[in-house]
Amino acid sequence: MAEHATQQIDTKTAWGGQISPFTTSYGKLMMWFFLVSDALTFGGLLISYGFTRFNAQDAWPIGEETFNSLPFLGHGYPLIYVALMTFILIVSSVTMVLAVEAGHRMDIKGVSKWMVATIIGGFFFVGSQAWEWSHFIHGSEFGKVELADGSQAIVKGHFGEIKNFTVTTAGKHHTKGEVITEDLIHQYHHAVVEGNIVNGVITLHDGSLAHVNKAADHDMMLVIKKTGKTHKVSDKITGKEASELYYGAINSGESHKVIYGADLKENEYGPQQYGQFFFFITGFHGFHVFSGVCFNIIILLGVLKGTYHKRGHYEMVEKTGLYWHFVDLVWVFVFTFFYLV
Amino acid sequence: MKRDDIIEYSLDAHHSEEEGAKMRKNIWFVTALLTVITIVEVTLGSIIKQSSPSWPVIKVLFIILTLIKAAYIVLSFMHLGHEKKSLKYVILVPYILFIIYLLILLLTESVYVSGVWEKNGY
Repeated sequence: MAEHATQQIDTKTAWGGQISPFTTSYGKLMMWFFLVSDALTFGGLLISYGFTRFNAQDAWPIGEETFNSLPFLGHGYPLIYVALMTFILIVSSVTMVLAVEAGHRMDIKGVSKWMVATIIGGFFFVGSQAWEWSHFIHGSEFGKVELADGSQAIVKGHFGEIKNFTVTTAGKHHTKGEVITEDLIHQYHHAVVEGNIVNGVITLHDGSLAHVNKAADHDMMLVIKKTGKTHKVSDKITGKEASELYYGAINSGESHKVIYGADLKENEYGPQQYGQFFFFITGFHGFHVFSGVCFNIIILLGVLKGTYHKRGHYEMVEKTGLYWHFVDLVWVFVFTFFYLV
Repeated sequence: MKRDDIIEYSLDAHHSEEEGAKMRKNIWFVTALLTVITIVEVTLGSIIKQSSPSWPVIKVLFIILTLIKAAYIVLSFMHLGHEKKSLKYVILVPYILFIIYLLILLLTESVYVSGVWEKNGY
């Protein structure tokens, strides 16, 4: 059974056919070759990300400032969420390697148990990424603002809560004096983008005018991300001036002065390419995780049916394991280059 | 039908209960190491700002820690460290060489392009 691995093979036998010079099965070798080609794809993506980032210099967003939220808890937790995602993926990689180890002992119970754990970890990761994307797409309460001199700034600080809208001029659906308390932030953002808020009076979509009852913002700071006539990249503006510039842009009555969240065309965090790279790299990786979960489920069914036990070895578990570890490996690099540095 | 021209290399990977216990010990060691490295990275990342003077050092440290993590995943979890040497180097050497080449090429070019943009505008 095991003798041919320990036995010395002369070159003629090894390369002349029958015996693999790598003493590895065809399937495993092909999985490795596939992983090398996939690693080249990810390497190319991350290096082109580096290229674009070096071009943009200080205009590029800073990871710990962009990703600082937790579900239900709000802002102020830099990188904790992605660290959790990383940890989930590492743990699921560990359970996978334990499944492979159990397979080498022909322990069918152990293999099934650890495979199930791995699949659960995979689902957790895909779910976390869904939240991350949703958060990234919706963006912050302030958004990114284009100032009067043509420069663009991201806004930090505490956004004063919108309490209600008091209707001053009736439109199609609202009567004068009515107090609107629902869906405020969404309507507010929409009006800001359309340029429908002037001096604290919002034009609602049914044509009625309302007074915006909003608490004051605290600690507002503008960080310039695109150079204009007076402000340069990396300039920081605080205090009254920040507030005047921000609300000056909103009250100008012009549309598209503020960008909220992200899509493929523009985003509130930095240059256009930042959003595109985010969606493509994390999306491509997420797609790999999802396929990995599917492969694992298929292999788990084989394990439960006893297919591999009958075959006498659990090499299929080992092969899908290689793919799964590779997904973890890619995430380690995405984590460093997208979020940390 | 039994075929004698196929060698089941996968059977070589079988091991006993004692060997398995030893392997599991090593797996848990690698797990602990990867977790500790991630915690260190996140802590440093949230404490030290990119504007601080020590940032360039931290950046290099992050990259080194990442490479250590990657090495443990590939060599231990993916078992490449225990495969035949020829297989190990067929996988690693061409890839690493190509990536180093691409890195140097694109990052050098990038610095040049950004210099041109700074001088002449977009």
